Amino acid sequence: MATEHITNTPDIAGRSVYGVVGEFERPEDLVRAGEDLHHRRGYTKIDAYSPFPIHGIDDAIGTPKSILGYIVFACGLFGLANAIFMIWYTNGYDYPLVIGGKPLFAWEFSVPVMFELTVLLSAFGAVLGMLFLNGLPKYYHPIFNYDRYGRSTDDRFLLVVESADPRFDVEEVMRVMQEVGAVNTEVVGS
Amino acid sequence: MATNPAALDPRVKPILVQGNPTLHKVTDDISKITEDQTPFKWYIAIGITSTITLILLAMLTYLVFTGIGVWGNNVPVAWAWDITNFVFWIGIGHAGTLISAILFLFRQKWRTSINRAAEAMTLFAVACAAIYPLFHTGRPWRAAYWLLPLPNAYLGVWPNFRSPLVWDVFAVSTYATVSALFWYVGLIPDLATLRDRARGLRQKIFGIASLGFRGTARVWNNYEKAYLILAAISTPLVLSVHSIVSFDFATSVLPGWHTTIFPPYFVAGAIFSGFAMVVTLMVVARWALNLEYLITIRHLENMNKVILATGTIVGYAYATEFFIAWYSGNPYERFIFINRAFGPYAWAYWSMISCNVISPQFFWFKKLRTSVPFMFVLSIFVNIGMWFERFVIISTSLHRDFLPSSWGYFRPTIVDILTFFGTFGLFLTLFLAFCRFLPVIAMAEIKGMMANESMHDAVHGTSYGPAPHDPAVPEVLEGGRH
Repeated sequence: MATEHITNTPDIAGRSVYGVVGEFERPEDLVRAGEDLHHRRGYTKIDAYSPFPIHGIDDAIGTPKSILGYIVFACGLFGLANAIFMIWYTNGYDYPLVIGGKPLFAWEFSVPVMFELTVLLSAFGAVLGMLFLNGLPKYYHPIFNYDRYGRSTDDRFLLVVESADPRFDVEEVMRVMQEVGAVNTEVVGS
Repeated sequence: MATNPAALDPRVKPILVQGNPTLHKVTDDISKITEDQTPFKWYIAIGITSTITLILLAMLTYLVFTGIGVWGNNVPVAWAWDITNFVFWIGIGHAGTLISAILFLFRQKWRTSINRAAEAMTLFAVACAAIYPLFHTGRPWRAAYWLLPLPNAYLGVWPNFRSPLVWDVFAVSTYATVSALFWYVGLIPDLATLRDRARGLRQKIFGIASLGFRGTARVWNNYEKAYLILAAISTPLVLSVHSIVSFDFATSVLPGWHTTIFPPYFVAGAIFSGFAMVVTLMVVARWALNLEYLITIRHLENMNKVILATGTIVGYAYATEFFIAWYSGNPYERFIFINRAFGPYAWAYWSMISCNVISPQFFWFKKLRTSVPFMFVLSIFVNIGMWFERFVIISTSLHRDFLPSSWGYFRPTIVDILTFFGTFGLFLTLFLAFCRFLPVIAMAEIKGMMANESMHDAVHGTSYGPAPHDPAVPEVLEGGRH
């Protein structure tokens, strides 16, 4: 199984091609193949599927750095501003009540709520921002047409060259995939 | 390399997964727990715990229809079991986020086997805790107006943000929300795995629950960033929650409560009790689910070390409190502490000392902290001790007021006792449901740890699963390692 190449070309007549999938058995094979395809052969519309994050894959296939940090920072600031405004508006402006001789509004007693709301909004920013950047939730994706897709959330590693790639050519990519060591290669319809 | 004799030697890199399973075996073993026919013992267990939950429901219904007089708290002990149990459950809830956030930032890889279950436990513990502040209002359907700044015609005023009780509402609800988000984000890849293994309706349910997650490099990139950020913001959060809970006491002017040691002392106690509860549950779960090769003695030993460390900090805090009571020269402070150790609640005080200070010291011995039956019993002692700690702090400071004419002695009612008993039913029912329907171990994380370790070690010839067909490691991997 390890060295044998299986090449399936299912009937995808009448459908456009999403891309060519190559399947690998080990994460290091995926990284090596990705590096080969991206850096040596110049493919750009590459995606790599793995059951867990792999060190080094981002450099290998040229994934851009995540911009999530900026989103979270903005959300955190929004939470902080909200907390300050809420405490000032409710206790200091809308219905001032002197309790225990303390000032109506002061930053000292606002710190705990300011902190908590900063964290709360940052957390929502991190989760919703991550989903947004990843285009989730999503009910359908062409990769699900790959018969053995399920293995990519179990123990297999997939490399996809999408048909949107300027250098995309089915025959050529199929051949390259086998060359870089894919154990199974397949054309997937969209 | 099935068993390594050096596995427990701290100088040797720990074996976190025993027996070199393949990635597929890990997926299969963990997924099968949710896919196979429900074992009979699960029905027995959940039958018992849900019956206990019914007792909780009955008691809460009785409380709502009768009034909170059915609980034993009354002047002078106006805060009693309700707040004791609230702090007890919140404290237990600290282990989950500590394991998932703080140990993640410290790159403690052993957390991977236990973080999912510990986070779930956190959520269920916080749910049990939330019952008390909600129901001690007597009218839980109106609690939102009292607790949150909601504009309403019914009260007409806003919550007082100068009060630590309002801070507490924000701290606990933020903690519950962020813990739930953290837990769910961790679950998404595993839900996708379950989706891809399933057919029919089950596939649809997990397809929706996993939000159509696909593990592409770009997705993982954003995902890991989100996970790191959540860990980074949860770390101060977990420390803030019990600090703010302790402000409920520390900002008052009551002897025994009005101390600056409270925030760190409460946080240490919370971690102490939380880890004890994780050990209690994990010892049973790893045996019942046959996951001894993933949750190894090494994991349990590490948790026991945390119990030893935090238990010792708690013991030190008790000693400091007494020292300050003497050193401050404040007669009220001094009275409270002598009363605490030798007054009417001395039985509770010494139960606390023996469970919290003495019992964890047994974990200095390697034989004892690696013995499963011993740690199970000891973790239960710690849970009991930490409950007594909260009870002692609350009752002893309140029951002897400044004026001896208003002295009293708190006794719980049967409703108090059965309500508290019932929360254990709720907690265990939720945990059993979690063990049955969701992956109890973070599959993606543990496989990632196995594979990334093995890529790192490929040069040295150790690896997971069958021998690699090409042991050479591409340069980019070496560069990609931290």
